[in-house]
Amino acid sequence: MRRVVITGQGTINALGQDVATTLDAMREGRCGIADLELRDVDRLSVKIGGQVKGYEPEALFNRQQIALYDRFTQFTLIATKEALAQSGLTFAGELAARSGVVFGTAGGGVNTWDENYRSVYEEGKNRVHPFVVPKLMNNAAASHVSMEYNLKGPSFSVATACASSNHAMGQAFQMIRTGLCDAMVTGGSEAMLTFGGVKAWEGLRVMSKDACRPFSATRNGMVQGEGAAVFVFEEYEHARARGAEILAELVGFAMTSDAADIVMPSKQGAARAISGAMRDAGLNPEDIGYINAHGTGTAANDKTECAAVADAFGHHANDLMISSTKSMHGHLIGGTGAVELLACIMALREGVIAPTIGYEEPDPECALDVVPNVARDAKVGAVLSNAFAFGGLNAVLALRAVA
Amino acid sequence: MADSVQDRVIAIIAEQAVLEPGDVAMDNSLEDLGIDSLGLVESIFAIEEAFDIQVPFNANEPEQSAFDISSVAAIVKAVEGLVADQK
Repeated sequence: MRRVVITGQGTINALGQDVATTLDAMREGRCGIADLELRDVDRLSVKIGGQVKGYEPEALFNRQQIALYDRFTQFTLIATKEALAQSGLTFAGELAARSGVVFGTAGGGVNTWDENYRSVYEEGKNRVHPFVVPKLMNNAAASHVSMEYNLKGPSFSVATACASSNHAMGQAFQMIRTGLCDAMVTGGSEAMLTFGGVKAWEGLRVMSKDACRPFSATRNGMVQGEGAAVFVFEEYEHARARGAEILAELVGFAMTSDAADIVMPSKQGAARAISGAMRDAGLNPEDIGYINAHGTGTAANDKTECAAVADAFGHHANDLMISSTKSMHGHLIGGTGAVELLACIMALREGVIAPTIGYEEPDPECALDVVPNVARDAKVGAVLSNAFAFGGLNAVLALRAVA
Repeated sequence: MADSVQDRVIAIIAEQAVLEPGDVAMDNSLEDLGIDSLGLVESIFAIEEAFDIQVPFNANEPEQSAFDISSVAAIVKAVEGLVADQK
């Protein structure tokens, strides 16, 4: 099987509008969660989120583009531009035909749905803009990236709620590994911080009104975020031949289904995905130094995830580090695994483990080294990134450093 | 509105539990009635809609919630309190 490496990364999220700013924030344990700025916020009972602030799409896109790009597509294009600039890849001829785009998003163009429902239902209008459908569709971001960069191979979007990005990146990984493609632009995006998007989550009664405190005994729920992260995955020999800088190597991926409950997570399903990713990567539990946790800050996820890690790792669970960066950037739903992969790559390249901030009090049901509040310097050779979605769909990626 | 708060809360809980209202006892817990965490969240939503009240409840910390859900009687009492506060 062919080896797959990462040669570019880009992002926009509540912590920063590029990778450097985002990683600085993670190193400093900065919190990007703040008061939401959106229409009718006074009618929400949850008023905080990891929102991208100071964002001016008009400065980056022209009027015609904004007519076609929902906020989630805009985020994707911004992150893609950064990732492809770093990788130095351009697509023409055979490489274009053997390269594609796979992005995760749970909601797609939620802002477009929200604005147009408001216009027809609340304002009573009987006509909407002609581009509402191509703007809101989940595959819009993947399609615009394919058009912008001439990517002519397999391209599609993946929607598996909170695991969308990891499922998407897992597909991209496998397509290169098995020889179907030579390069893939992949990751995920979400822009669900709209009145309707937050209202829907409020209904479930699992949101915190003050902060996301994963693994802390005082945790009281999740906090939504928004943004995107995009990566360039490339076949190893292809990257080496052109002298590209290699950020990390993708070495394993596993997917499982709990087949149990639509919202409650299962320890067995999560543990099978974790063990499966290590097996696929040919790694032993002792090889893993860091896990970027799903770590939503809900009562249910965090204790189930810690139990799953304990099951999958045995004694080594006590020696590894596991942190949830959702405490800083919030839960980007379908884009979350992509932003969290940035923390995994930082751990491998820079030896800096992003912290779990907001940690106040140990929980005996989450008795692992969660890197509380302050980033840590530590050399790790291999890492995992967990994503466990509503609906019981789990996806775990394994990465290692490339010397 | 002829029905008492108690009758209406029991009707909501009974519907969630797929039972007849007569089979719901005041000292039953929701667990006794086979109502899981999703059923609880749905019941609270139905109560909010029926009485036009806001129930303070976070599924992450049900024990710490100001809204006591330990038994049918406790829920009825809590709803009566919220309805009274509203007036």
